[in-house]
This record gives sequence, C-alpha cells and structure tokens, in this order.
Amino acid sequence: MEKYLYIALFAPLVSSLFSALFTATPKKQFTGIVGSLLIFASFVSSSILLVHILSGGAPVHVEMMTWMATGNLYIPFGFLVDQVSVTMMMVVTLVSTVVHVYSIGYMDHDKGFNRFFSYLSAFVFSMMILVMSDNFAGLFIGWEGVGLCSWLLIGFWFHKESATWAANEAFIMNRIADLGMLIGLFLIYWNTGTLQYEGAFAAVPSLDNSTLTWIAIFLFVGAMGKSAQFPLHTWLADAMEGPTPVSALIHAATMVTAGVYLVIRSNPIYAQTPDVSMFIASLGAFVALFAATMALVNRDMKRIIAYSTLSQLGYMFAAAGLGAYWVALFHLMAHAFFKALLFLGAGNVMHAMHDELDPFKMGGLKKVMKWSWIMMTLASVALAGIFPLAGFFSKDTILEVAFVEHAYIIYGVLLFTAGLTAFYSFRLVALIFHGEDRYKLFNIHPHEAYRYMLIAMSPLLILAIIAGSFKGGFYEMVTTLLPATEYHIHSHLVEWVMIIGTQLFVIFAVLHAYKKYANSSVKVPDGTSEMENSFMYKLLLNQYYIPYAYEEFLVKPYRELSTVFWEKVDLKIVDATVDGIANVIYTTGEKTRGMQDGNLSTMLRYMVIGTVVLLSLAVVFALAVKYAGGIQGILSGLGV
Amino acid sequence: MEIGLNHYLVLSTILFAIGLVGVMRRKNLLLLFFATEILLNSVNIAFAAISHYYGDLTGQMFAFFVIAIAASEVAVGLGLLIVWYKMHGNIDLDNMATMKG
Repeated sequence: MEKYLYIALFAPLVSSLFSALFTATPKKQFTGIVGSLLIFASFVSSSILLVHILSGGAPVHVEMMTWMATGNLYIPFGFLVDQVSVTMMMVVTLVSTVVHVYSIGYMDHDKGFNRFFSYLSAFVFSMMILVMSDNFAGLFIGWEGVGLCSWLLIGFWFHKESATWAANEAFIMNRIADLGMLIGLFLIYWNTGTLQYEGAFAAVPSLDNSTLTWIAIFLFVGAMGKSAQFPLHTWLADAMEGPTPVSALIHAATMVTAGVYLVIRSNPIYAQTPDVSMFIASLGAFVALFAATMALVNRDMKRIIAYSTLSQLGYMFAAAGLGAYWVALFHLMAHAFFKALLFLGAGNVMHAMHDELDPFKMGGLKKVMKWSWIMMTLASVALAGIFPLAGFFSKDTILEVAFVEHAYIIYGVLLFTAGLTAFYSFRLVALIFHGEDRYKLFNIHPHEAYRYMLIAMSPLLILAIIAGSFKGGFYEMVTTLLPATEYHIHSHLVEWVMIIGTQLFVIFAVLHAYKKYANSSVKVPDGTSEMENSFMYKLLLNQYYIPYAYEEFLVKPYRELSTVFWEKVDLKIVDATVDGIANVIYTTGEKTRGMQDGNLSTMLRYMVIGTVVLLSLAVVFALAVKYAGGIQGILSGLGV
Repeated sequence: MEIGLNHYLVLSTILFAIGLVGVMRRKNLLLLFFATEILLNSVNIAFAAISHYYGDLTGQMFAFFVIAIAASEVAVGLGLLIVWYKMHGNIDLDNMATMKG
C-alpha cells in the first residue's frame, strides 16, 4: 500500500515539475494532458487506498525520511493515510483531476497555459502534503504551500493590477492567521514535546485546561485565515480575480476547507475545550448568515458563488464546533463536489459571455448552453439542500445536530441561512439562464463550452446528485477515528416536521427567486430603482463596508505610519548611519590618496616615520610593563 | 682612553642616522644606493663590535652575510639603474612617479 501512497503524493509533484519545464515556451497541449494524467494517477492511487481502508485495512503510515532531529526535537517526513485523510485525498484528487481536464479547455487561448498547469499541480501536491502529513509540522508545510500556490494562481494574470492586489491581500491575510497557527504549534510542542498527531493527542488529557484553550484558540486563528472566517474573510471574494478553474479547485473545494480539516484533525483538543468549540460554532453560524446576506444582492457571478462558499464553510465550522466532526467532514466532501461544479459551470458562462460577470447582463442562456444550465441548476439544487441531492443529506444533518445539541439560536440562524442560500443560488441561475436575452443588448454571441469540458464536469454532477447515499458508509468509516455520535431527534413527529418544514421553506425560497428574476421584466439595473438606493442594499453590496473599513482604519494608518518610519527612521537614522560610515571611509581615502604620489623618496620617508613610531611604541610598552606596579599605584591614587 | 663597545655603537648610530637622512633626502638614485650602503655598514659595525664584545662569532658571520647580500643588491640595482638611465636620460627620483595613485 505504501507504493500507492507515494504515487498519490508525488504524481502531482512530477506533473508540476514537468509543466514547469515548458513555462518559457509557447502553449503545449501535452503539458495539460500529461498533467491531467498524472493527477488522475494520483486519484486512482487514492481510490485504491480508499478501498483498502474501506475493506477494513489498517491505516497506512510511512516515515519517508527524517526531516529534523536535534536534541529532543524529532520531526520526520511522515505520511498517514487513515479514514479522515483518505476522504480528503479523494476529494482533492477527484476535484483536481476534473479541474485539470477542464482547464485544458478553459485556458485554451491563454499565453500562460504551461505555467498554469505547473502551478495547479504544485497546488495539488501541497494540498496532498497538508492532508497526508502525520504531524503538525508537515501540515504546516502543506498549509504554506497551498497559500503560496493560491497566491501564484490568484495573481496568475499578473498584468492586471486588481489580480496582483487580490493575490497579495489573500497572502497577507493568510500570513496574519498563520502566525496564530505557528504559535499554536509551538504551544503544542512546548507542552507535549512532540508534533506527531499521535503523541500530541495522547498527551492532551494530561494538559491543564488553560493551556489547551490557548492551543485551541491559536490553531483556530490559523483555520480562520485559511477558511476565510470573519474577520479575515475579505480575501476570498477578492480571490475571484484568478482564473475560474482555480476558484473551483482552491477557493471552493479544497484549500479553503483546510481550516475545517485542521479542526476535525485536532478534534481531541477541541473536544476538551467546549468554550472554544462553542465559539467556533457561533462564529460559523454567524459567517453562514453574514456571507449569505452579501450574496443576496451582489452583481458579480463569481463573487456570489464565493460568498456562498464562505457561507457553507460557516456551516462546516458550526458542525465541527458542535462536536459533530464527521458531519462537518461529510458536508466538506459534498460541498466540494457541488460547489466545484457550480464554479466550473460559471466558468462556462464566463467563456460564453466573454468574461462578463454581471448576471443581469445575461439572461436566457439556457437556449444556447443547455448542459451548463442543467449542471448549474442541479448544483444549485444540491447547494440549496433539496432532497435527494447531496446537500440535503449533509446540510440537514448539520441542522439536526444544532437542534439535538440544544443550540437553538444556531439552529435558527442556519435554518434561515438555508432559505437565503436557496434564494441567492436560484437568483443567480434565473438571472443567467432564464428570462429575456439581455446579452443581446451588449452584442455578445454566447456558445456552449467544449464537449470534453462538459464530460470532465460530469463526475462532479453525478457525485453532487448521489453523494448523499454515501452517508451511511461514510459514517461507518470515519467514526473509527472521529467521535461517533449519531444525531437523532427523539420524537419522530418533530423530526418529520423539521425536515418537511425545512424543505418547504427552501423550495419556497427557490420559487420566490424564480418568480422575481426569471421573468421578462428584469432589466439591467442602472442605479435608479428604489431598491438600489435603499440603505440595506448599499450595505450588503458594499460587504457591510468591511473592506472599506479595513482600508480606512488599518491600511491607511499603517501606510502613514510606514511613511513616517521611512522618512524619519529609515532615511534619517539608518540610512544616515550607513552613509556616514561610508562617507568617513571615502573622505579618508580621498584625503590620503595624496600619499600615494609614486615618489620613492616620499615613501621612504613614510617608512622611516612608521618605523620610528613602532619603535617608540615598543619602548613605551616595554617601560609600561617594567613599571606596571608603579603605574597601577598612581592610577588607583587617581581613583581609576 | 680605551676604545670600548660604546664607542663603536655610537659610531654605528651616527652612521645609521647619516644613512637614514641620505635615504630620505637624496633625489639621485645613485646617492640613494650610497646611503643604503652606509646603513648596511653601520649595522655591520654594530654586529662586529657586539660579536667581539661577547666573544661570539655569530655576529661577525652575520656581518659577512650582510656584505654578500649588499653586494648582490648593488649589482642588481646598478643594472636596473643603467637600464633606466638609457631609457629616460636621468636617474632623478622625482621623475620616477609612474605609481602615482
């Protein structure tokens, strides 16, 4: 089994290095094909490992080599395939395979075709390290690796000012959070003496409560950055500057869920710290609602889906915070499938509309893009959580968890958010695919995406539909590792009322969205309507003015402070000191260069003077040594 | 008055001082060589005198070495000097400033 582990891990690296060879050359179709095949190989290996684990095999644990060994610190490059990591590996490799194949079509006309595949495969490799590592240090390496690849890919079109800005924003925000994570890791090492999951978690019960709380808090700060939880959420929406397959893979399906994975992986710690867990659940519920409200009014197709991702991450954290780690992981998996599908569908639409992102300028596209329409509709149905698609099973379980755990406020918030989710998802679908052909006003001739792109998307479509049926088997598998709590509402009547009530609420929201946005009276907004001038609309469209507040209250003061430091400290003190030293030496040289006049008799004179000086010094020191006692007496008499 | 070690050493010092002044003040390369010879021989006097004083022949042997080296140095130096004179027509030190920095 070790063989498959290594193939799963290193095939993406080989793919990345292979594509990297051609970064300076024009587009080569085969980099995409070879890359996709290697990622597919990784997927196949992961599947074999999954079958191995499912058939009751022991977790595969290998120690490839020693990384650091100094004193008591021992960190190996160790990899672990257990029930949790194999789930993540399957999600990562499957979505990556789909996205790689899709990208061959999507990046068809891009000059950076080879470079793109190199980055994309590098991302997959980093993500595999993140999920497969058997210790926190390896996880951190992967964590930083995906951050780097995310930066490279958001800023892929680096000639665009906005793309580089968004890339830097994402990277810097993640770095801020990573500091928290690093502190968490230091605390773990300090208190348990190891970074291996096994040893660290075994030592958890013996730690005192306040230490554990700090560890839990700092680790969660790291998770907040990577998973874009409030207040570090602004980067995710801006990250939509990257190519759409990147948004699908990194900013929907895999990287942003790394924070959830961290919390799930560290469940022995979080199980001991109910206060932190409650905070995580509350923050998750808050973000779910908060992001969903922003998605309601946005006019950028990709941003709407990004807010939706944010909202669903909130659901996952809510579940994880309530102790339902397997539910969080299940929602993570289901979400990866339908959200990646939704993003790739949005990519098709963007291609068809020549990079137009405003859904108000589309309309009626179902006539020309039948398959994209079907896929996006089904993905939205899954996202809204309508029976019997994937979202129903995962999201409804989260609601049940909240109910069973008596967290009624969280339950209420999540239930309301489910309605909002359904509404904004179908607002988007209705605006893009139904109603009048508003795109004709803008002289665009849309066309369906390449056939193989649609075929590549089909596994995601199938999984988005049927993933719910895995729930039983999934529960069996992961609960060997995660706390096995089944969430059953005691009264059957209450359970049925809840499920049917939720379904009716969601369906009502869907119908309302269709009614409002799928008719022929929808016009391209021109900023004059009453709604567009209302306070709420402006508040939501401007993301609660949070990016604005960050700009005003953090970025600008920081920049001014930097200017002060630059002008006052750097220029006037540091630079002046360095320049001063250089100037002294330079002036001395300039003044004394006259000595080098090439005249032999001058030089001889210097030589004689030098000899005399040295001789006198020798005499002085010799005398000083000879009369040392006397001199000391005089000095002590002077009080030195 | 008997001539003792101190007299020789004083003579050696005087000669050394004369040689040093010559080395510093003279501009003619030939005279510079003379001054160098005076320097070396002042040291030789000191060597020989001290050697005699201690009854140890090492100092006198050293003086012979110095004489031999001085002779060879002069031989090489004079050769170079003649070449320089043929090229430039003078042996004035102030004209030899090609190493000016």
